[in-house]
Amino acid sequence: MPASIGYIPIFIFIAAAVLFGAGTLLLSYFVQSRVFNKAKLAPYECGSEPISDARIPYPARYYIIAVLFVIFDIEIVFLYPWAVAFSKIGIFGLVSMLLFIALFVLGFIYAWQKGGLEWD
Amino acid sequence: MDLMFYIVSAVITIAVVMGVVLLHVAYITYFERKILGDMQDRMGPMEVGYHGLLQPIADGLKLFFKEDIIPSGANKIIFTAAPILVLVPALIGFAVIPFGRDSLTIGPFTFNPIITDINIGILYILAFASLGAYGVLLGGWASNSKYALLGGLRSAAQVISYELPLGLALVGPILLSESLSMVKMTEAQSGGALKWFILVQPIPFFIYVISAIAETNRLPFDLPEAESELVAGFFTEYSGMRFAFFFLAEYANMILTSCIATVVFLGGWHAPHPALEFIPPILWFLAKVYCFLFFYIWIRATLPRLRFDQLMGFCWKILLPVGLANILITSIVVYWLRS
Repeated sequence: MPASIGYIPIFIFIAAAVLFGAGTLLLSYFVQSRVFNKAKLAPYECGSEPISDARIPYPARYYIIAVLFVIFDIEIVFLYPWAVAFSKIGIFGLVSMLLFIALFVLGFIYAWQKGGLEWD
Repeated sequence: MDLMFYIVSAVITIAVVMGVVLLHVAYITYFERKILGDMQDRMGPMEVGYHGLLQPIADGLKLFFKEDIIPSGANKIIFTAAPILVLVPALIGFAVIPFGRDSLTIGPFTFNPIITDINIGILYILAFASLGAYGVLLGGWASNSKYALLGGLRSAAQVISYELPLGLALVGPILLSESLSMVKMTEAQSGGALKWFILVQPIPFFIYVISAIAETNRLPFDLPEAESELVAGFFTEYSGMRFAFFFLAEYANMILTSCIATVVFLGGWHAPHPALEFIPPILWFLAKVYCFLFFYIWIRATLPRLRFDQLMGFCWKILLPVGLANILITSIVVYWLRS
């Protein structure tokens, strides 16, 4: 059997997990009691009347962290195939990865110096 | 015909694994309350069943029959989909975990101790684990509540940040076993406790454990749901079964990260000494996983919560550089030893 056949159980598993989630929600929908009123449906704000919209602007910090994450995560994913093939690519592989990590560290130091990692 | 038998045995294995995982999730909540109780010199749940043994089932039934509230102003579709989006990645990670050594053959069916052995096992788990952050972020945003939004944002920032040291910590063991397949990684550590990767890669092991606790939003890294400031974080507005799904996903993730740590660093189902191999491999696997789970609960009872800037600073300024340095040293030493 071809190797790609090993992925069939994964799709079955995903379907089973989604069915379990959706099915339980649906079943629970039929058996639960529902008594609603306006105050009960209001968003929680420690018992007082909710003021203003909940979708408030948030600090740009989060955005910077997300951008940094994307860059560094891609670099880390590059390390995986390199680690698997490490014994086959010899000194060439080692030196190229050292250069690659040097670039990584350079970017990291830049982000650190610019205050991209600070939270105040 | 072969394919049909293969799919049928896969379906049965999936059903068994899902059942066992969900049962474990239910009883970890019980053991957590019991162990926390003991550590704080009280009894924990005692009323339902002998020493409270039926407590998780009572909790599950209660949540099942509870009213499911969708707050006014919430985005209904995303609000409903978010718990499932968190639960599914937490469950399907178990597809590539090798629980034992021997397969079981009954007639034309072969049941493996692993659902499927794909050659990118660990990459598959990491890829799907990242999807869980979407559910948390979307759930927090869709709730139309300030606490939920702030909790969701914090959680997303924390989860994606700690994914970096987590990914870096796994590069060392991959380098040593030359494979991403969980089965091959286990086989690379055969021959007693001295061959386990924890001995040659102790620093990545610590980085992995710390990042795993942060990834699962457990104390002392439970900032997204810090009760004293954010009520319950991203699931403030959730109730009933949807709340239960977030809870389920958190504990399923705990078990999943423990399983990965067991496979990658502690030799999977291998016995610590060849003389102890008469004990079934699956029991060794479970014992190692339980040690991790106990550690999770122990940490929760012991350490106070960090501040958010400390949390992010620790990840980016300490774990990330240390993880990188470890890869440099490991690769140079491995190259030197092999040539």
